[in-house]
Amino acid sequence: MEKLDILLTGVGGQGIILASDIICQAALGAGYDTKKTDALGMAQRGGAVVSHVRLGEKVWSPLIKESAADILIAFEKLEGGRWCGYLRPEGTAIINNQAIPPLSVNTGTEKYPADKDIRSIFRQRTKHIYFVEGTQTAKQLGDARALNAYLLGCLSALSPAIKVRDWKARLGERVPKKALEINLAAFDRGRKDIKNA
Amino acid sequence: MKILLSGNEAIALGAYHAGVKVATAYPGTPSTEILEAVARFPDVYAEWSTNEKVAMEVAMGAAYAGARALCSMKQVGLNVASDPFMAASVTGIQAGLVVANADDPGIHSSQCEQDNRFYAPFAKVPMLEPSDSQEAYDLMAYAFDISEKFDTPVLVRTTTRIAHAKSAVNVSGKRPSPGQASFQHDMGKYVMLPTNARVRCRVVEERSRRLAEYVESFPLNEVVWGKHRLGIVTSGVAYQYAREVFPGASFLKLCMTWPLPANLIQKFADKVAKLIVIEELSPYLEGRIREMGIEVSGKDFIPALGELNPAIIEQAAHKAGLLPKSFPVTPVRLPTDLPKRPPVLCPGCPHSGVFFVLSMLGQRTKGKNPKITVTGDIGCYTLGAYPPLNALDTTACMGASIGQAIGMAKAGVGEKVVAVIGDSTFMHSGITGLVNAVYDKANIALLILDNGTTAMTGHQEHPGTGVTVRGEKTQPVELEKLVRGIGVKDVRVVDAFDLKALRTNLRESLQSPELSVLIVRGPCAVQAERQTPEAVDAALCNDCDTCLLVGCPAILGGDGQVKIDETLCIGCTVCQQLCPRRAIAPESRKAA
Repeated sequence: MEKLDILLTGVGGQGIILASDIICQAALGAGYDTKKTDALGMAQRGGAVVSHVRLGEKVWSPLIKESAADILIAFEKLEGGRWCGYLRPEGTAIINNQAIPPLSVNTGTEKYPADKDIRSIFRQRTKHIYFVEGTQTAKQLGDARALNAYLLGCLSALSPAIKVRDWKARLGERVPKKALEINLAAFDRGRKDIKNA
Repeated sequence: MKILLSGNEAIALGAYHAGVKVATAYPGTPSTEILEAVARFPDVYAEWSTNEKVAMEVAMGAAYAGARALCSMKQVGLNVASDPFMAASVTGIQAGLVVANADDPGIHSSQCEQDNRFYAPFAKVPMLEPSDSQEAYDLMAYAFDISEKFDTPVLVRTTTRIAHAKSAVNVSGKRPSPGQASFQHDMGKYVMLPTNARVRCRVVEERSRRLAEYVESFPLNEVVWGKHRLGIVTSGVAYQYAREVFPGASFLKLCMTWPLPANLIQKFADKVAKLIVIEELSPYLEGRIREMGIEVSGKDFIPALGELNPAIIEQAAHKAGLLPKSFPVTPVRLPTDLPKRPPVLCPGCPHSGVFFVLSMLGQRTKGKNPKITVTGDIGCYTLGAYPPLNALDTTACMGASIGQAIGMAKAGVGEKVVAVIGDSTFMHSGITGLVNAVYDKANIALLILDNGTTAMTGHQEHPGTGVTVRGEKTQPVELEKLVRGIGVKDVRVVDAFDLKALRTNLRESLQSPELSVLIVRGPCAVQAERQTPEAVDAALCNDCDTCLLVGCPAILGGDGQVKIDETLCIGCTVCQQLCPRRAIAPESRKAA
């Protein structure tokens, strides 16, 4: 049974917690032992969010060790770069091409890093870097909130142990009925984008 | 059947299957979801109590009357509830009383990092600690049974990585049919006059002795034999980390951590060459084990501050020579100028406008030599202390803003001191402070920021909202009437989004020679109805950046001209009102 440590990072309101919940549910359904834990901080909106998800035959710690995550999914670019040290050497980074500038950038005291700077952070660890247009695709499909389904689709292409229909069933359990169609389409697009990359 | 549950959800379900009838709490990270989960069971009485002290007293009353009761809170909540908690230890109960307490190592959302395990020996109350959601579920049945068998409250102590981590739980229990509650009068047991209390204290000593015998065979304390070179005593989430870092060692996992099983620990220690303790926060287990005369180490190489994780334990173990040298991965070098992302007030937050006005009036925006001193309190609004608002000078604990302001005024601080408190925190423990201000003639200005919810912990109801945890309507406690009833004469209610009214009233409050209360009212941005987003008219904007001083995440400055993110803006109009050139308006968006 393969072991998989997945770190999800981004900004509050991007649907990270729901995504990590769905990964765990899907892993449990596929017969894995699984644990997850989130770090949210104090802010109701706009704060940094990190979610650790682990699956394997037996999982002890809910927290992933630094330099040990097999996959890092960055819902937001800067937060991806910040947590890159958690990725294992030659692990896989899925980076959603969306910038949400922190307040210090808005007020002009700090600068948001350029894409090449974020890439060069990740290149220190791995050459398996996927820059994906999740937010853009979700918006085109009709709902920016389907970003998490898109990124789960990306993940599904990298973790064949969980079947596509199980992923979709778990999505169906957690996503509101009226948004399900868009979310399933976003999932398919994410899966396809990684396979074609 | 295996289901995925957080520690908090597992505690709630475990309590439900143990027949809990009454559950009480005040919200607090990371414990809030326990009561929220219990409240979903229709056959349990669940309430948000005004504060943790009341929550403990309500639970005590229920347990006195023969109903199993659960009281949950965060670590500092037990400080508030410690008075009835200590008393409940002395009186004992009739039906089980379980206190579920969640600590916050690493201080994700607290004012301190206290290790509440010390409450157990202090209060002479047995303590259970789960190491995952399965144990959290399983321990609840034991907790209620121990409570009744030994006539004592039981402390179930978790930490963030138990409370908020999710793992698979095999749900085996079923809810028993509840019995009929009835209080059995027993003056010697429940009326703690000194004559009775002295007798009860001897009963508690005898109880502790019997518990010390019981813990020796507590079924969830577990020895896992590996190599005998290294023996590790551990509990809670630290057990999970230790299992991962030391795959070959022997383990004594303690699920009951007060009293401690002295014989079990001694036997384990005798069979291993070296004994260490791996525990988060203070050397609680280590200290008790050393007192037993057993040679042990732990905190000489494992940090006593902050959250642990497997990497920290691994590095500590390398340094202490407990693990062979490893070849660490080259660390990732992050650019030093990577912008940080501290928590912020939301776009449209009702606190932003009043903080902006306060900051301007008090010349606080630069953060140096402000004209007005502002005592703060616990809630989202504590974030107003950050730049650019720089609106607060103190934050200590729930309700402290008012007493601190009184103290500063009485000490002779020149300008009128301003205290800032939220509506839920005012209900929790601000009322007594305000009574104090009236009684002792304190000339302070109190701002009650009334957003109609307990926002920071995730929008829980409170006595002012007129709604219970179950969503049922109830009599709201009205702030204006309450404040006037206490005897405050200068009471003003101001719209949180009307900058002019805020400025006028705040100025008058500061100048008035008596105690003044300003209720600043506006819905939490997360719950507020979205209005048309604002936009900047580029032709009128002259880049003065005044709007950036409000600290709204929807206002994008930085390079070039200010813009407003229409997906984030909810149209609160605060920036529109403060723009000196009237360059901000929802109409600008329509025109563009």
